[in-house]
Amino acid sequence: MTNPSGIGQSVRRREDFRFITGNGQYTDDINRPGQTYAVFVRSPHAHATIKSLDLAEAAKAPGVRRILTGKDLAADKIGGLICGWMIHSKDGSPMKAGGHPALAVDKVRYVGDHVAVVIADTLNQARDAAELVNVDYDVHKASVDVGLTQKAGQPQLHAEAPNNTVYQWHLGDKDATDQAFAKAAHVTKIDLVNNRLIPNAMEPRAAIGEFDRGSGGYTTYTTSQNPHVARLVMSAFIGIAPENKLRVIAPDVGGGFGSKIFIYAEEVVCTWASKKVGRPVKWTSDRTEAFLSDAHGRDHVTTAEAAIDAAGKVQAVRVKTIANLGAYLSTFSSSVPTYLYAPLLSGQYDIPAIYCEVDGVYTNTAPVDAYRGAGRPEATFVIERLMEVSARQLKKDPAEFRVHNFIKTFPHQTPVIMAYDVGDYPASMAKALEMADYKGFPARRQASIKRGKLRGIGFSAYIEACGIAPSKAVGSLGAGVGLWESAEVRVNPIGTVEVLTGSHSHGQGHETTFAQLVSSKLGIPIEQVSIVHGDTDKVQMGMGTYGSRSGAVGMSAIFVALEKVIKKATTVAAACMEVPVDQVDFVDGIFEARGTNNKMAFGEVALQAYVAHKFDSSVIEPGLKEGAFYDPKNFTFPSGVHIAEVEIDPETGVTKIERWTAVDDFGTIINPMIVEGQVHGGIAQGIGQAMLEGAVYNDAGQLVTASFMDYCMPRADDLPSFDVGMTTTPCPSNPLGIKGCGEAGAIASPPALINAITDALGHENIAMPATSQAVWRATQQSALRHAAE
Amino acid sequence: MKVTLTVNGQSVIEDIEPRTLLVQLLRDRLQLTGTHVGCDTSQCGACVVHVDGRAIKSCTALAVSCEGTKVITIEGIGTEDHLHPMQEAFREHHALQCGYCTPGMIMSSIDIVNRKGHKLDEHTIREELEGNICRCTGYHKIVKAVGAGAAAMAKSSA
Amino acid sequence: MYSFDYQRPPTIEEAATALASSPDAKVLAGGQTLLPTMKQRLARPSVLIDLGGIAGLQSISRKDGMLVIGAMVTHHAVANSQEVKSAIPHLADVAENIGDPQVRNRGTIGGSLANNDPAADYPAAALALGATFKTSQRTLSAEDFFQGLFTTALKENEILTEIHFPIPKRFGYARFSNPASRFALAGVAVAETAAGVRVAVTGAGADGVFRVPAMEAALSKSFAVSAIAGIAIDVKLLGSDIHAGADYRAQLIKVMARDAVTMAAS
Repeated sequence: MTNPSGIGQSVRRREDFRFITGNGQYTDDINRPGQTYAVFVRSPHAHATIKSLDLAEAAKAPGVRRILTGKDLAADKIGGLICGWMIHSKDGSPMKAGGHPALAVDKVRYVGDHVAVVIADTLNQARDAAELVNVDYDVHKASVDVGLTQKAGQPQLHAEAPNNTVYQWHLGDKDATDQAFAKAAHVTKIDLVNNRLIPNAMEPRAAIGEFDRGSGGYTTYTTSQNPHVARLVMSAFIGIAPENKLRVIAPDVGGGFGSKIFIYAEEVVCTWASKKVGRPVKWTSDRTEAFLSDAHGRDHVTTAEAAIDAAGKVQAVRVKTIANLGAYLSTFSSSVPTYLYAPLLSGQYDIPAIYCEVDGVYTNTAPVDAYRGAGRPEATFVIERLMEVSARQLKKDPAEFRVHNFIKTFPHQTPVIMAYDVGDYPASMAKALEMADYKGFPARRQASIKRGKLRGIGFSAYIEACGIAPSKAVGSLGAGVGLWESAEVRVNPIGTVEVLTGSHSHGQGHETTFAQLVSSKLGIPIEQVSIVHGDTDKVQMGMGTYGSRSGAVGMSAIFVALEKVIKKATTVAAACMEVPVDQVDFVDGIFEARGTNNKMAFGEVALQAYVAHKFDSSVIEPGLKEGAFYDPKNFTFPSGVHIAEVEIDPETGVTKIERWTAVDDFGTIINPMIVEGQVHGGIAQGIGQAMLEGAVYNDAGQLVTASFMDYCMPRADDLPSFDVGMTTTPCPSNPLGIKGCGEAGAIASPPALINAITDALGHENIAMPATSQAVWRATQQSALRHAAE
Repeated sequence: MKVTLTVNGQSVIEDIEPRTLLVQLLRDRLQLTGTHVGCDTSQCGACVVHVDGRAIKSCTALAVSCEGTKVITIEGIGTEDHLHPMQEAFREHHALQCGYCTPGMIMSSIDIVNRKGHKLDEHTIREELEGNICRCTGYHKIVKAVGAGAAAMAKSSA
Repeated sequence: MYSFDYQRPPTIEEAATALASSPDAKVLAGGQTLLPTMKQRLARPSVLIDLGGIAGLQSISRKDGMLVIGAMVTHHAVANSQEVKSAIPHLADVAENIGDPQVRNRGTIGGSLANNDPAADYPAAALALGATFKTSQRTLSAEDFFQGLFTTALKENEILTEIHFPIPKRFGYARFSNPASRFALAGVAVAETAAGVRVAVTGAGADGVFRVPAMEAALSKSFAVSAIAGIAIDVKLLGSDIHAGADYRAQLIKVMARDAVTMAAS
């Protein structure tokens, strides 16, 4: 009998009722008795020294309780914000990081940098008073351009980092790569910019800090993807309170996409200040603050080359990237353009030699950190643009050229760390070609030409590395934490189940998919299962949700804990039915004593475990509760092929996406409906990057795109419907065979779309975002290739 | 100053500063926190409510300007046992992920049906959702939900 | 938002008196531009005078061969008015495409015109149609009313009450939207009235809405797409920003002018 809420079913989401009825509880929906309101005084300058800070007038304003500055933080020995991944340069030296105080002490380094916090009885009072804080700045020139910031004579951000260079890192075999280039029959070279993005989760960040004088403990309500990591960092590194005196609650969180992984100044300051003020302190970002101070994403300048032999095989890839890290190192920023980037440069291809150099640099811009895909979209953009341009230069069909170079046997060790375990790349390509009606494309192109339009098709055969990753392995690469996940399964006496997980849900639907796993495994109705997450007082330690790890790592932990529960329950059942343990089978929620008519439902066994009447409690411990810490054995490697087809109006440059085909291999899928949703959302963000979105700073370091009026968010009428298909090769390294699906769309889509647009234009390259203006200008530069043909 | 209006069928009298936005009245005074704020520039639509039967952005209306009006929020449509057909459609079609834009999306979608009828094609739905931004779903399933919800509204009103 | 006092007078006379009595008073119409501006603390009126309580500003009628629209008529109401649709059908279309549905339910024609946003749609329509602007004090022609970016001839204590549109022989408007804000990157209105042919451009001008005499002359001779095909726009007149350079705006004006003429001719 198929379990209607089991693995593989499109179970409707259990969390939806509260969201569609307005009963969700996001951080800003929470109000604590007696709460005060924090407003941050932010730097209007990209680079300046604070000569003086005059708080007198603001302090006299109505309702003001306290105004705090970096000096107050220092006096209380509150540490600065940290970057949790140590990168070593190629000369072996550790990265050169400047300090990152939560409130600036002497210098501000980007527009939006935190100068002081004003805490008042109402939000309006705090805002009014914040305008009265008088800061005398000595304004310096700003270093804004990622391509220039390392050059001599540029303004210097941190004394610790000469030439604004944090590290000069590399990966791969330089000599082998250079030799392959020396022998190459053809070399493809391309210059790429991976445009800077602003995450813009629809819920702006918020935090409430609350100090309880009775217990001496703090509670922080915050918009976090990983509350336990927030507690760890605020305790162990920043020093607000020991972990047992700090509770972090991340309630409903309205999207993150990476931007809510990080530990930000605001939640630190609100927590710390709550004791000083003696009342809860609440801060809610407005959208402008979000633009200025949420960690941004991407922002690479890259030169990439491929060495191709006479048989059309790629023999080597050589990449040089400058990665903008912004004005300070955010929580995981150092790892994104290094270990989350270069190890993916092999893509789906059998490439013998790869060498990648990455310079991480400071600029007077907001910190840059992980944003959906984090390094992997940047790598995929490099390799998939290289493959496309190579195919065109070699006059080969871009699909055939890719298939020709695909890895076809597994496991496969790439020259850049990764050991791919499983995949079937030609299968997803074949399916995608069929779904996209690739054969019919020439006719569609002709039809477009007849209407005076340009039509193009573009491919992206992506791979990503998810389920990050064996803790020992990431530790050896510089990570400051382990990347396991934890689960606790609590079976209640009447057989209902609570699963406590360290994987936070902020849109992914864990309350449904995790419960599907429990329902499948224990054979109980999904209604009997609750998923608990997001509260460090309830849930044991956890590492949070990012990098498409909740399925592959978080659910694996639940799986292991469930196995332990079943094992324990089997011993209880055996004792109750008076048979040896190995005579008890557990099938569809029933414990059966083989060879007898005796059976017990899961709920009955749970009850017996708690009443402990029928077994010797010196042999079997009463109760039914098990936990697990699951450490992944390898990365997982989701892969797939996306095909974009566009039509361009050469008069205006308007690019219409006519078709979007995605074929993904995510391994085992728990809930196809939810997975489709993840793919759709990822594609939309990737289309946004490729066509619409781009953060623009002017030379003075002012963010020109600081609202939705200027930063173009994808809207319903910008996007098509998507054709999504699947192929499946289950992942061998985790018990469920899950690979992960959260980032694939955002990784795959930008090169597919740029390849399609450039195909239509007959150009090799166009910068992202390929806006209508950019496309129109490109059409002006060329004769209409296809019309001529 | 005093403002009197009807919110989800209940008469409300509040003494507020003139600078209080309708969304602030709803969230901070009436604890109707289903209406959200996602931007400062009247673009994102997380705050959409109905005032006298029409969808507006409650972050871009003074509460005092709404004197005497009838306001309906996400909490005022459907009941515990009988969700509004548009709410049902959003759940059935997985038209939400993080849920933050969802109340505004649903209120806008009902307004679309009120204005454009029960048979909505994809193009119309996409155009009419111009004032609502979602970062999670890519809109694909929202578009499907609005079409289905529109049709279901026809049945439920028949 | 800064603190302010709020008044909701029942008549235009009382509104004008209130406006005159406080130097930093501002008129609130639909608030779809003013309120976001105030939220960002970029405007600091001491008093807001809400015109929402004045019944007479919300009517649409035909008088003396003119379409008369009250200043407080919402974009939604203009878009759905039978009076507008029968008199100037494509003016209803202009209203139907302003902002988004929620903004159209609140934003007003008077608010839009009095704000004279250089990327708004109504200024181009009003200028092309040769509308006249009735205020609490006087009547102004469109030429006199629009005075450059965010600037009109309205005096500090003067309130726009009605807009009078001549019924044209034909009228069309086409807009190319800024992808982010959805305001016009280039919007072109083309009208033929008893006074002749007029072409007005919004969104693109360095100094706000402007007319294109060369196109007007060409269309006066022959109201057809072919008549304006060769007419180039002087890029020096045009604005340039991160969304569009003057060269692109010039191109868009050509395309939008063609589409507007096609619409008007149909």
